Amino acid sequence: MIVHAKFSALGESRWYEYLVRFVLGGLTTVVAGVVADLYGPQMGGLFLAFPAIFYASATLIEKHERQRKKERGVAGQRRGTDAAALDASGAALGGIGLAAFALAVWLLAPEYGLASLVIGSIAWILVSVTGWRLHQEIRHSR
Amino acid sequence: MDYVVRFVAGGLIVSAFAILGDVLRPKSFAGLFAAAPSIALATLTMATYKEGSAYVSIEGRSMILGAIALSLYCVVVCQLLMRFRFSAVTATGSSLVLWLVMALGFKQILIG
Repeated sequence: MIVHAKFSALGESRWYEYLVRFVLGGLTTVVAGVVADLYGPQMGGLFLAFPAIFYASATLIEKHERQRKKERGVAGQRRGTDAAALDASGAALGGIGLAAFALAVWLLAPEYGLASLVIGSIAWILVSVTGWRLHQEIRHSR
Repeated sequence: MDYVVRFVAGGLIVSAFAILGDVLRPKSFAGLFAAAPSIALATLTMATYKEGSAYVSIEGRSMILGAIALSLYCVVVCQLLMRFRFSAVTATGSSLVLWLVMALGFKQILIG
């Protein structure tokens, strides 16, 4: 399956949906900071992987898919749920990549400081994409 | 002031990854971006300047456990959607408790 960009998808989102994600992202970042300030970095670190963003994106994906089907005069409940499930399967693999990011930060931050975040980001994308490719190949070989 | 900067930085980075997730296809690939290190990049960049690298390293160690909990949470949500036909709001919302229990449980068992 070829990865590509579909820029017309940006038109499906309303302005307030972007605002909701901005506010949700900002609030989650503040909450992670408050938890770290109150209970220390061990507890705060957990909340850096809090699934608030996934919650918003899966809900929006389901809604957009349902709307698209409705415009074509087809009941889209099932397709909407399937689209959200596909997003969840990708996010599960992305979560493993996120663990690779965190591992890089844990091991490299004391020596490399900010550069460990760059290395961690590279680790995240490499592990996530490799996991996704492997998952696709296993699915298609069945 | 510190929290205002956090809010804006977190909101911007999360929005950037969300837009990437919106335009990329197939949807399973776009899903990778729902687990992007967006909140971590905003928080850890600020923590590096404010608290130092040792503090950031400790947060990174705990984040590994949070990320594993996130991955398992997404598997559960996927099953609730596919097998039990839950709506996305119900599946993702009800499973948040599960993420919290797993993340805190892993931390308690492995870090203390």
